[in-house]
Amino acid sequence: MTGRLSTLAGAYVIARRDFVAILWSRSFIFFLIGPLFPILMGVMAGSVGSHVEATVASPQIGLMMAGPDLDAMLTARSELGDGLGEGAPDLVVVRRLKSGESADPKAALADRGINGGNLSAIITGTPAAPVLTGTQGRIAAWRGPVSLIAAKASGHGPDLLPPVALSPTATSTAAQNRNHILTAQGGQTLLFMLTMVLAGMVLSNLVEEKSNKIIEVLAAAIPMESVFLGKLFAMLAVSLVGIATWGLAGVVIHGAGGSALPAFAPPAVGWAMFIALGVAYFAMAYLVLGSIFLAIGSLANTVREIQTLNMPVTMAQLMVFFFASYALARQGSWVEYAGIAFPLSSPFTMLARAAMQPQLWPHLAALAWQGLWVALFVRGGAALFRKRVMQSGPAGAKRRWRLRG
Amino acid sequence: MRNNRSALAIEARGLVKRFDGVVAVDGVDLAVPEGAIYGILGPNGAGKTTTLRMLLGIIEPDAGTRRILGADRPHDVSHAIGYLPEERGLYPAMKATEAIAFLGALRGLPLAEGRRRGRALLEEHGLGALADRQIRQMSKGQAQQVQLLGTLVHRPRLVVLDEPFSGLDAINQGRLETMIRALAAQGVTVIFSTHVIAHAQRLCSEVAIIAGGRVHFAGSVDAARNRIPAQVRLETRAQDGPWRAALPADARQEGARWAFPLPDTGIEPLLRALIEGEAGILSLSIERAGLHDAFVAIAGEAAARALETPTEDAA
Repeated sequence: MTGRLSTLAGAYVIARRDFVAILWSRSFIFFLIGPLFPILMGVMAGSVGSHVEATVASPQIGLMMAGPDLDAMLTARSELGDGLGEGAPDLVVVRRLKSGESADPKAALADRGINGGNLSAIITGTPAAPVLTGTQGRIAAWRGPVSLIAAKASGHGPDLLPPVALSPTATSTAAQNRNHILTAQGGQTLLFMLTMVLAGMVLSNLVEEKSNKIIEVLAAAIPMESVFLGKLFAMLAVSLVGIATWGLAGVVIHGAGGSALPAFAPPAVGWAMFIALGVAYFAMAYLVLGSIFLAIGSLANTVREIQTLNMPVTMAQLMVFFFASYALARQGSWVEYAGIAFPLSSPFTMLARAAMQPQLWPHLAALAWQGLWVALFVRGGAALFRKRVMQSGPAGAKRRWRLRG
Repeated sequence: MRNNRSALAIEARGLVKRFDGVVAVDGVDLAVPEGAIYGILGPNGAGKTTTLRMLLGIIEPDAGTRRILGADRPHDVSHAIGYLPEERGLYPAMKATEAIAFLGALRGLPLAEGRRRGRALLEEHGLGALADRQIRQMSKGQAQQVQLLGTLVHRPRLVVLDEPFSGLDAINQGRLETMIRALAAQGVTVIFSTHVIAHAQRLCSEVAIIAGGRVHFAGSVDAARNRIPAQVRLETRAQDGPWRAALPADARQEGARWAFPLPDTGIEPLLRALIEGEAGILSLSIERAGLHDAFVAIAGEAAARALETPTEDAA
């Protein structure tokens, strides 16, 4: 065989060189500690998220009572207004019971279809003898406000509070929802941090070749697409090493810290599937973003130019992240579907969905969709890369890479 | 010197390349025999590098065809080609052996074999001490030699060197000349561009003289030198006399010395006339035109002046 290496074989040569070079460089240490800085951003973004969570997922108490009792309770809640204090739950109608009809509040709490799965507790019985069903912590905290509402609904004042019977359940859809949102936010933030750390490295990936003038040697020997793919996948491999390292560190810290550390609730699809999907979505997010950044980075000749490019790239990443966070708070809305459809935000939105919803088939569809976009972006990026890196000519292009002799 | 070979390592016809409408190469024809040391000679900006890049498939010509080692597409014989670009470059953190092996891997050589051959090549060229040294720890000349060895590690049949002597000191230039001769002795075709005529004259069996994107001459060095007549250099005792009538009208006088092209009639009638005219010949020599004189005659005085005045932006 005397022909040149195939695109994939050439990419392997480049990826192997880059992978080893990065792994043995000092910059890899910075890469490993890099997530510490985005964590700060993640905390800041988390505060935005918690506000979203508080707004969208504020707990509500459902009512399952006979019609007149139910109306009386709603009126009482309305009249009491803010007098119940900040954070007091709103009342929503779950079921208006007919005469002789019995209520099953525990089944209603488990039904995610009722009120968007945002019910924290349910009041049954009568205003004179209300029964509060929900998780232990919540019903204990709301016993007082519910008693006040029931007293007013019964025509009494605060001097004659009816006793509230408590019926604790293991969990509620609202509690599950809240926990899933936290897990989803954590997953999104982690994914964002990883892609953010990589962005700068991918952007500056070609500066070395250009400043070392080795690009022409590569161009003479292998397809330029190989250089693009090799660099893209080398960084993916490096980042997976980083993830493995961080994961190991996380396990060690968790083992040492034990219960002192905050624990995320199990995601809706389960931890094993969530982690598997997380790796898959990370790869998709990286390949889409990386192909764009590598192509953009091929325009730059110096570190200074890379620094100039870094700002808009970081801003664009933040916008995608905030969009995905916004979509997280709007499950089932057109915003979420837009977040899933838009290739840059799709991995983030779908990872959040994995935390919130147990169905797996949407992930298969989303991965196929993202895979399609990855193929398009990598192909387009490689074409742009080849055009930019190989651009030649006497005037402006000559500054990038002289090709005349 | 090998001439009259039927097999051609490189055959190019009418290569044209424009950049933003500006013609950089304008219908270049080349025929490089297998096993030759072939020089592409021209001033900076003549189109040498663009021509080489088109031959290698790094850039595609706007018009024309090229056939490299029998293949219509240069990439089809990539493993048989070694290329040293004008702008040399290696990864600074790489050790010499690794750098050579990497360059070999780009041409399909397994990495382990590349390392083994890299060490052997370094030893063979007296650079064994550099084997485990990083490129950044080497002098420019050493790094260039390492890159040249990387160009050869996969044992190519055709070696293309773009301005290989630039940046090298006299000692390393001599080593490079020796290396090029050794390659040719092994049957490897070597084509290199240069704007320094002396290298081409010492090394090449054939040359192409390029200026303004066009080939003004392509053929053997002898043929180029034969393009202009030999120069007669004469020194006489007599300052004047009837012998002066025997000198050509364009003879140049410098004191008692004269220089003029050898007449078409040859040296004998002239010599006879000088003796009979009592010129008192102190010395008379016939000097063959050098490649530089040939270049001036072929490409013009302006191109010759530009030939050895490198510019920062030239390729």
